[in-house]
Amino acid sequence: MVETVVFIVFAIAAVVGAVTMLAARNPVFSAMGLLLTMFSMAVFYLLLDAQFVAAVQVIIYAGAVMTLFLFVIMLIGVDRREDLGEQIPFQRPVTFVLAAGLFAVIVAAGSSAWVTGSAAFGDPNMNGTIESVGRELFGGWMIPFLATVFLLTIAAVGTVALAQFGPGGLRLAPRGEDEESEA
Amino acid sequence: MIDSLWLVIAFPLAGAALLVFFGKRIGEPASGWIASAAIIASFVFAVPLVIPFVSGTAHPETVLVYRWIPVIGANVSLLWDPLSALMVMVVTGVGSLIHLYSIGYMHGDERYGRFFAYLNLFAASMLILVLADNFALMFVGWELVGLSSYLLISFWFTKPSAAAAGKKAFVVNRIGDWGFLVAVMLIFAAFGTVDFGVVFAEAPVVLTTAMATAITLLLFVGAAGKSAQIPLYVWLPDAMEGPTPVSALIHAATMVTAGVYMIARTAALFELAPASSGVVATVGALTALLAATIAIGQRDIKRVLAYSTISQLGYMVLAVGVTAYTAGMFHLMTHAFFKALLFLGAGSVIHAMANEQNMDKMGGLRRAMPWTFGTMVVAWLAISGVFPFSGFWSKDEILASTFAQGGFYYLLFAIGLLTAVLTAFYMTRLMVLTFWGAPRWDDGVQPSESPGIMVVPLVVLAVLSAVGGFINTPWRLGLESFLEPSFEAVTQAHPSSDLTAWVLVFGSVTIAIIGIAWGWARYRRDELPAETGGYWDAALAGYHVDDAYGRLIVAPGLAVASWSARIFDLRVVDGLVNGLGIAVRSFATSLRPVQSGYVRSYGLGIAFGALGLIVYLLIAGGAF
Amino acid sequence: MTVTVAWYMTLAAGLFSMGAAGVLLRRNALVMFMSVELMLNSVNLTFVAAARELGLVEGQVAALFVMVVAAAEVTIGLAILVAVFRRRATANVDELSALKG
Repeated sequence: MVETVVFIVFAIAAVVGAVTMLAARNPVFSAMGLLLTMFSMAVFYLLLDAQFVAAVQVIIYAGAVMTLFLFVIMLIGVDRREDLGEQIPFQRPVTFVLAAGLFAVIVAAGSSAWVTGSAAFGDPNMNGTIESVGRELFGGWMIPFLATVFLLTIAAVGTVALAQFGPGGLRLAPRGEDEESEA
Repeated sequence: MIDSLWLVIAFPLAGAALLVFFGKRIGEPASGWIASAAIIASFVFAVPLVIPFVSGTAHPETVLVYRWIPVIGANVSLLWDPLSALMVMVVTGVGSLIHLYSIGYMHGDERYGRFFAYLNLFAASMLILVLADNFALMFVGWELVGLSSYLLISFWFTKPSAAAAGKKAFVVNRIGDWGFLVAVMLIFAAFGTVDFGVVFAEAPVVLTTAMATAITLLLFVGAAGKSAQIPLYVWLPDAMEGPTPVSALIHAATMVTAGVYMIARTAALFELAPASSGVVATVGALTALLAATIAIGQRDIKRVLAYSTISQLGYMVLAVGVTAYTAGMFHLMTHAFFKALLFLGAGSVIHAMANEQNMDKMGGLRRAMPWTFGTMVVAWLAISGVFPFSGFWSKDEILASTFAQGGFYYLLFAIGLLTAVLTAFYMTRLMVLTFWGAPRWDDGVQPSESPGIMVVPLVVLAVLSAVGGFINTPWRLGLESFLEPSFEAVTQAHPSSDLTAWVLVFGSVTIAIIGIAWGWARYRRDELPAETGGYWDAALAGYHVDDAYGRLIVAPGLAVASWSARIFDLRVVDGLVNGLGIAVRSFATSLRPVQSGYVRSYGLGIAFGALGLIVYLLIAGGAF
Repeated sequence: MTVTVAWYMTLAAGLFSMGAAGVLLRRNALVMFMSVELMLNSVNLTFVAAARELGLVEGQVAALFVMVVAAAEVTIGLAILVAVFRRRATANVDELSALKG
């Protein structure tokens, strides 16, 4: 009972957040909307016995990713307002059709079987505690875990490299020397 | 010894190859001597192989040189029987004399070595033709002599008329070759092989009369092309553009006789189609008469001889048409002697007259060039059919054999007789205009006798023209028994050896004398008769046959070619190709707007594709 | 009524569609990116719901990995966006159409 109520409330919250993200002219409002959706997601994870994932969701997504988004919005243009007109012909109606079609297809397909695979597979006493997730992660999924280590390292290095592209092109030397030579 | 028969072909072929590459460096006169040595070697090599046939102790043999296409019976293998032996003797013998003559005649020409290379090539080709033992190899030789003829006619190719004459010869020959080829295809279709031995042996069993008639008529088309019979004779007068030794060798003694030889060789097939033989005889007779009437009106000394050749070839074709094969080959041989002599003598005259060929500018040469004069007299008497020179015996045998056929052939006999009168007449005209009377030379022309190297062949040929006829007299048919092994399976026509024969002999001698007397009376005067008006102009122009061909055949052909080049090729073919390019281009241009540069449009496309894929997978997986 | 896995899945499907629509409709590059994040989140929800249904914890591990990759992707993506903005002073993807044929 409680679960149902919580689900419905936060489902509405998620959808509202998503719609805000889509419809808002101001990008900061869009970010706020997405933030709401992400918090709702965390609540859903809690309902689904995935405590660790819920924690990580809040910390990483809501805490780091959205913060990053807001920083970039500030850099790029916080007060820009996008105009409402659509230049590409038929883009809007076709997109609506597409999205509706996608939703319909998935629901129609899933109504026969949402999840395939034997339920007897799993442990009915499964819980999403940090201990069980950790056991799984550092057990069978060690290699992919290490791969993600590489992935993040490369992402960080790549970002630093991308920061070298200035308005006039590539600036490889540190800032101080460049200013001297330009003068 | 017989196994090395291929050497007969190899000598001149090697000579040709050597002179093509090194002729310029070898220079004159060495290249001439090399070429002559090659063909003399062939002659010398062949002589001991001929003697057994003379004594009648040998029989025909085939010598396999190379297995070319055994499946259809076409190997490089040589047939050595009396018929081919006779041809080899004529080709190499007369050819040797002409090679020697050319050493002197072509002196000073800048392509001296090349000339002898071509002469040797021709000799090799002709030998391939006569020695072949199957239709395919014979056709190889056939085509090669056509090529050599083209190369030699247009030897002085910087002269447009010479180049055009070479082309004309080749193209007209081609028409004949078409006939020959279709005949060979029919033979292959009927027999499954092109080997002479098999074809001739099985012919009576395999061929229907209709098939035999078709094949032989087509073979005759080929022969008409090579041997200049109606309607394919038009190339021969133009072929006089070539150097005179070429005219002597190719267009008098050897190449043009290839057609006659071919008919004699395929006698077994003609025997199964009497209708074809009749056609052959009629065409031969008509050609003989037609050419003789044209020869009378010619002013150029070589043109007279050219039409004379056509006329004499008509006699040979008449002979093989009435199945008197020995008579035909006999006349082939004697004609080779006296016609080569006539041409070489004419060449001697032209040489001495600083390349003047028009008889209007000659006259009175008998004192200036005694040797040339003497030998040409022998040839003149031989061709006119005066007893006892060679031409008398051979021509008489042809006429007698024709007469003996009876019925329709009496008409052909009469035509032959009339032609004999005209032959004597125009030859007398030629001799008188050239050698007798007051000189009508251009200023500065001082004719003198030709050098020895040119005169010796003349003398040899004169001797042959004089006594060559004795090998086949009615009292001792030497040639006939010589050729017997080649014509075993064929019935030959013979002149009747009784009173009729004597009457005919007497008649032909009388005819010859009448012709000579008429010519002498008309032209041996101080005031030469004017040869203008009606008949004379028509004869001079060859009755405008060339013009007619030009209008009826050449012009439409050119029109088709021009249309093809300018309209079909340019508009249709190019249009198709270019149109394809244009079509691709315009299609690409119409597709260009898809690349709008808008990421969101691309995204829409991707999303649609993904949706389609999902739907497909779900349906395939049975989710619905 | 109890909350079944079907509810979660349907919600996830709906959020996914909305995310897709957002990518295709909005011109601001940042909002497009946020739409992509929404799609990834909905997929995560799907994973975790399936994990609960099957009683496997692998689904949650998968969701974790998705999150890691999404974080890395956002980092790089925004860095690129900033670099482009520095050159062209626009965040409107429709103006970045130099590759048009």
